[in-house]
Amino acid sequence: MNGFEFDWIAIAPFLILSVLGFAVVVLGISFPKMYRGTLGTIVLVGFAVAFLASLQSWDDARLAFGGMITADKFSSAFSCIFILGATLTIGLSINQVEEKYLLYSDYFALVVFATAGMTLMASGTNLLTLFLGLETLSIALYVLAGFRRSNEFALEASFKYFLLGAFASGFLLYGIALIYGITGSTDLTKISAYVSSEGILGSKMFFAGFLLLLVGFGFKISVFPFHLWAPDVYQGAPTPISAFMATGSKAAGFAALMRFMIAMQSTTQSGWQDIIWVIAAATMILGNVIALRQSNVKRMLAYSSIAHAGYILIGVLAGNTIGSSGIIFYLLTYTFMNIGAFGVISYLSTAEHEFITLSDFRGLASSRPFAAIAMAAFMFSLAGIPPLAGFMAKFYLFSAGVKAGYVWLVIIAVVTSMISLYYYLGLVVQMFMRDKEADVAATAPLQPAVMIAISIAMLAILILGIFPSRWVSLFQDLARSLM
Amino acid sequence: MLETVLFFALALLAVTAAIGMIVHRSPVYSVLMLIITLFSIAGFYVLLNAPFVAAVHMIVYAGAIIVLFLFVVMLLDLRHESDRFTLTKFSRVLAFIAFLVFLGEAILLVKVAFIDGGLDIGLGGQVSQLGDTPSIGKLLFTAYLLPFEIASVLLLVAIIGAVILAKQNLKPSQ
Repeated sequence: MNGFEFDWIAIAPFLILSVLGFAVVVLGISFPKMYRGTLGTIVLVGFAVAFLASLQSWDDARLAFGGMITADKFSSAFSCIFILGATLTIGLSINQVEEKYLLYSDYFALVVFATAGMTLMASGTNLLTLFLGLETLSIALYVLAGFRRSNEFALEASFKYFLLGAFASGFLLYGIALIYGITGSTDLTKISAYVSSEGILGSKMFFAGFLLLLVGFGFKISVFPFHLWAPDVYQGAPTPISAFMATGSKAAGFAALMRFMIAMQSTTQSGWQDIIWVIAAATMILGNVIALRQSNVKRMLAYSSIAHAGYILIGVLAGNTIGSSGIIFYLLTYTFMNIGAFGVISYLSTAEHEFITLSDFRGLASSRPFAAIAMAAFMFSLAGIPPLAGFMAKFYLFSAGVKAGYVWLVIIAVVTSMISLYYYLGLVVQMFMRDKEADVAATAPLQPAVMIAISIAMLAILILGIFPSRWVSLFQDLARSLM
Repeated sequence: MLETVLFFALALLAVTAAIGMIVHRSPVYSVLMLIITLFSIAGFYVLLNAPFVAAVHMIVYAGAIIVLFLFVVMLLDLRHESDRFTLTKFSRVLAFIAFLVFLGEAILLVKVAFIDGGLDIGLGGQVSQLGDTPSIGKLLFTAYLLPFEIASVLLLVAIIGAVILAKQNLKPSQ
């Protein structure tokens, strides 16, 4: 076997996270009465180590395990985004409300394992490793979605997610099998070589496999028409997990999709642009329009996250340097603003009353000014209003789209993001310009860990929005190294 | 010669058991019939010189999945369920359509195999070398070692998840 040696550094993030997850399980069993803050701290320290480990491969690209794993700038950046997302999720989870439902050691362990799966999806350059990463992530999320087992919405969420996810995995595997059948390999570089000589439409079986893979990835990033699970699952899952799914899991889906699409791109004529065009347009329109009608904030955020997946697809479609760097910048800012928004919900909720309807937010500015200001910042950022990061992120993606010649798609994107202003700002209006009806909000206890997580997210979207150029030039280095 | 005899014996068994599975009114018998079908299909793999696939087929299908089926069928107590297994008019129509589709597929397969002289999908002689257990083992512990090990993490996650979902007491014991 040529090129086969144990390259520990290349899979270091995955190894560290797996060991950490295992350690959390064992600790949870050995010390069942351990204070959850202590366990949380152990997890956060582990995340810090994994973060440093994934930075290692930024300057030092390497191919490991015979092409199964590629540790490069791409995997490094994505692993960092996943770990940041997971860190904030853990921060949100160390609060009093979730305690009512959670066996927190297992909960933490599953979040850690899910993150391990994600790092694999960013660094896998073989369909096998991509698939295994995706399954590790998905199985952990199926369980996490149903963690509030006494809640009927949680049961529905878990079950729906599991059934649809299992089908999506089936599609993905079937696609991998067909592509393997034609190209004789699951290695992305070999598949890429096949595509550049034969083209995607060169063989019907290959094209069928390609479409099946798109279905599998499309489910993970929840784009039209594979988005139906998202609102129900986000609504039923514990709030920090909804945030984790909307950011980490989606970013991981995009990482895998980008790896795959880059392999498909090395061709002069390819047939997939039109498909992605239609999916992106439909996703943006549908997500934003349905979000208008939601009175449940978690569902509204779910539809908004569907719409955001549509925007990001513009970057995938553009396929140029700005597009790829734009996607990564977008996913980074999206992680902060979306976890922040879910974080505020989690911050305000009490065990008896989940703080999720629009009327709950009425008059929040006077009773809970910190939460109201934070929520407003996240909403403005999600809507894409300068100087917050959401604006810059959209700007880069849309300009990549224009540069690649997809003017109409960008027009659709701009129009739909104007529509989205209505529901994002609607929430802000509720908080600042309406008087509250009843005194429900005042009862939620102060939760320092959640406050810290929200503050970090707020700070991050400010910094990324005001000083984006440094990050963007970093990501453009990355994108150039991919092409 | 022996091979041909075995093939037809297994084929007869597989088809008979499959028909028995559909026709039988009791779900438990249906599942047992399905096991016979799956075992005879495993026999085909042995005849095709692929003992590894045969073993996996038996362990995964006949072993794991069918045992799960049986558990579900028995736990749900379907004794009186047989009355509900009568088909409605609509499902009869659907069944007939499905029958036609599969018939078409079968005819196509026979045509490709016997009239067109087989379909070359470009794998040539590789298959017969790759199918045996030692070479699969060799690949699994060299080129595919990493996915193999990752699968162990995946299974661990699945086990933890199953335990969490099955746990009776939702609160930590305090």
